[in-house]
Amino acid sequence: MVKAASKKEALVRIARRDSMAMWKSVAIRLLAVVLSLILSGILIYAIIKENPLKVYESMWNGAFGSVRRTWITARDTMMLLCIAVGLAPAFKMKFWNIGAEGQILVGGIATAACMIYLKSLPAWLLFICMMVASCVAGAVWGLLPAVFKAKWNTNETLFTLMMNYVAIQLTSYFVALWENPYGSNTVGVINQGTEEGWFPPVFGQEYMLNVIIVMVLTVGMFIYLKYSKQGYEISVIGDSQNTARYAGISVKKVIIRTMLISGAICGLSGFLAVSGASHTISTSTAGGRGFTAIIVAWLAKFNTFTMIAISVLIVFLEKGAIEIASKYNLNDYVSSMITGIILFFILGSEFFINYKLIFRSKSKEAA
Amino acid sequence: MTGFISLFQAAVVFGTVIMFGAVGEIITEKSGNLNLGVPGIMYLGGIASLAGAFFYENSTDSPNSFVCVIIALLCAFLASALGGLIYSFLTITLRANQNVTGLTLTIFGSGVANFFGGSLNKLAGGVGQISVAATSTAFRSGVPLISKIEGPVGQLFFNYGWLTYIAIIVAIIAQWYLTRTRTGLNLRAVGENPATADAAGINVTAYKYLATCIGAGISGLGGMFYVMDYTKGTWANDGTIENLGWLAVALVIFTTWRPKNAIWGAYLFGILYWAFFYISGLTRSSQEIFKMLPYVVTIIVLIFISLRKKRENQPPEALGLSYFREDR
Repeated sequence: MVKAASKKEALVRIARRDSMAMWKSVAIRLLAVVLSLILSGILIYAIIKENPLKVYESMWNGAFGSVRRTWITARDTMMLLCIAVGLAPAFKMKFWNIGAEGQILVGGIATAACMIYLKSLPAWLLFICMMVASCVAGAVWGLLPAVFKAKWNTNETLFTLMMNYVAIQLTSYFVALWENPYGSNTVGVINQGTEEGWFPPVFGQEYMLNVIIVMVLTVGMFIYLKYSKQGYEISVIGDSQNTARYAGISVKKVIIRTMLISGAICGLSGFLAVSGASHTISTSTAGGRGFTAIIVAWLAKFNTFTMIAISVLIVFLEKGAIEIASKYNLNDYVSSMITGIILFFILGSEFFINYKLIFRSKSKEAA
Repeated sequence: MTGFISLFQAAVVFGTVIMFGAVGEIITEKSGNLNLGVPGIMYLGGIASLAGAFFYENSTDSPNSFVCVIIALLCAFLASALGGLIYSFLTITLRANQNVTGLTLTIFGSGVANFFGGSLNKLAGGVGQISVAATSTAFRSGVPLISKIEGPVGQLFFNYGWLTYIAIIVAIIAQWYLTRTRTGLNLRAVGENPATADAAGINVTAYKYLATCIGAGISGLGGMFYVMDYTKGTWANDGTIENLGWLAVALVIFTTWRPKNAIWGAYLFGILYWAFFYISGLTRSSQEIFKMLPYVVTIIVLIFISLRKKRENQPPEALGLSYFREDR
């Protein structure tokens, strides 16, 4: 590239775009999704020799084929969304919280502990206990890397990543401790007969409470980031720590405060997973969603409403892939593969939103 | 003594997997690319070598062990380098965020590997377990002469598959390359400050691409070693490679970005990881607490290097940041 530039103008130059019309950026992203679906379709066709359109149709059935399935899709979307909402403030601050996986797990452990040891409490009190315990557990897990980042600038990406594995082992420890029945190496469904600590049905729907809680968080976080003073401080630090310092913002304090919030919401999603969905705890309670949510939060550019759309897309793919896996006798890892391809395309499409390519001939005409 | 010997042996085999992973990732990170796709890359390397060996063994009646090894090595290296190429294209050319791209690569790699691993198991038929016995045996054969050494010394140091020693050699070469060669120093300059390197006439893009792809290729050999040696040429969708991949990322920090430290660091991680097995009187739950050790030790090292602020122990200055010449 250097050589080419010295002789004559390079074939393509890259320049940053100032801004782009909303519809254009949406169109580019949609195009990316369509392209990736075509590529995945070709791949699926190569493997199972079935019309890809039919495959996508059965994917749709897998995710929304019945009322029950739609609710499960909604439940899992809410879980993913909740984590992404939790990550949003940290990422906006450019604090790379890769530790959601661990924060979910400790939140889940705290919830399960309440379900097991405090089941004699009245339902509403138990509910509050679980909620508070899961938030506190997640917040502590987020606090540790934040304190070291604020005080000694310890690399938070690597610190939070390691905290995940400490949490996974901690979960294994509690699974072995609470094992039921003995020797099964799983906790089993907690309070199966009595359903203590389970989410009660709201409006007759089992998972309505999950939706309500996460929607409140989604709206709340949007307002917090966009209209509150603290949200403004977060975005200033995200742009430039030096500017923030100059403006008199206590960077350390904001980092610690934001990570407490971020960790607490991720911990709360552990509460959703244990009390509101599976009613058990295992090392797969988080199941990689802590990592997927990072991608959701990033692609949504911290806009919590955009996160809803991306979460739906990803959970749809997951459910759909599980359906085609069972229908065509494949294994359901095909969903990770397709998710990976789609995310690669969306990530790549960001480039065309942020930058423009200027071709040689075109720029000469302009000159 | 026998207890220690078997612990050490387990640690060396375990350590070799993550040593490959970590040395590859060190080279990648020295170029300023924080590739969190290591687990995915190791998955790609593992499954590619397995698939290559499987189809070769099925195509002939008497597989030649040398050809087996070459095919597995090539497949593993190329598939992982391809993973590195996807990452490079997205982060270097298209300037996507490194963390997010790396995590996506991990999702993608584990999806591809477990999907095809499961399919291969089905293809293999019978009990539903693929096995590439000839290739695995070829990989697990010891080094001529020294593998004959008897006694505890022989058992401790000379009783492993030849790839174990290749891992050490690769680490030494990587160390030499990064500290003693001009291109190695250039690579480090790119990772520390790409703008300065660019001004000095170093082709930043080329260095980043090559370091990431070659680094990914080396990391992928760890996945291959896991499949061929550790699990003796079989496949299970149990997520172990992913855990080992993250451990490799941890090891990179532990070594403070020096390949030579990966040699003993990897074995130390192996000992820490397996220690619970050799300590008597642990309940099953407290064993799990012991398995935290490698990660806790890494966190402590991470805190320690940030507290001491010794310049030579820090991560590459531009680690995790995309470089765009016009951005300054």
